[in-house]
Amino acid sequence: MTAQPDDELWSAIADPSRRRVLDLLVSNGAASASWLAGRVPFSRQAVAKHLVVLERTGLISRRKQGREVLYQIEAGRLDQATRAMAELAAQWDRRLAAIKRLAEAAHAENKERNRHD
Amino acid sequence: MAGLMIERDVLIEAPLDVVWRTITEPSQMSQWFADRVDLVVEPGAHGYMRFGDQGGPVVVEVVDPPTRFSFRWNHPDGEEPVAGNSMLVEFTLTPEGDERTRLRVTESGHELRAWPDAEKQRYAGEHSDGWAEFLDRLAGLLAKPRSG
Repeated sequence: MTAQPDDELWSAIADPSRRRVLDLLVSNGAASASWLAGRVPFSRQAVAKHLVVLERTGLISRRKQGREVLYQIEAGRLDQATRAMAELAAQWDRRLAAIKRLAEAAHAENKERNRHD
Repeated sequence: MAGLMIERDVLIEAPLDVVWRTITEPSQMSQWFADRVDLVVEPGAHGYMRFGDQGGPVVVEVVDPPTRFSFRWNHPDGEEPVAGNSMLVEFTLTPEGDERTRLRVTESGHELRAWPDAEKQRYAGEHSDGWAEFLDRLAGLLAKPRSG
């Protein structure tokens, strides 16, 4: 019926804390878990849990740099989520435009009829 | 609850009652929503919407003429729609003068369908920042050329 992205992707980005983590990675580029933990109002353990979920859904990936593990955004996957949401919104814009046309036509017709009565 | 909620509105040059009829009468709904709408518009009523050769059940939640109308859809056939297995569509109509109406629609529940209950409750109770704002910011950042 509607373009549905997969549910796992939705639930991953629906969480405000995870969105905060994604946001930091989008604006900063690659970052370590401890760098992220220093910039969010929740615990290091919570950051680690969110990173696991985000990595599982393919929204971020990790690489090793020296002794550090860095996380980075997977732009293609994130873009997929953004586009899916935008498409659902566009569907409603089309429906609202149709409602507007129908209601305004009905209103014009009512006025016309009243004038003749 | 703020989450993955779609929120759109439109200003219509027609009075409240005309807009109300357009969004609630099944013969009108079939012109802007589904190809065919079998539905009695009263709270709790179960109906069916057909889109080409596909279709799905719809259940009316709130009917408060002429300002509020809501229904649930996209739930699995044969299941009762509740928060968690369906999407909630809510229309709100606000008059702006005698012959003008602001129509607002929200659709929520996209993200909740596959969640375990505990996670849903935690999420529902959480105060979250605006999804739309996040989306805009993200879209802007992704549109920028990437270095590296």
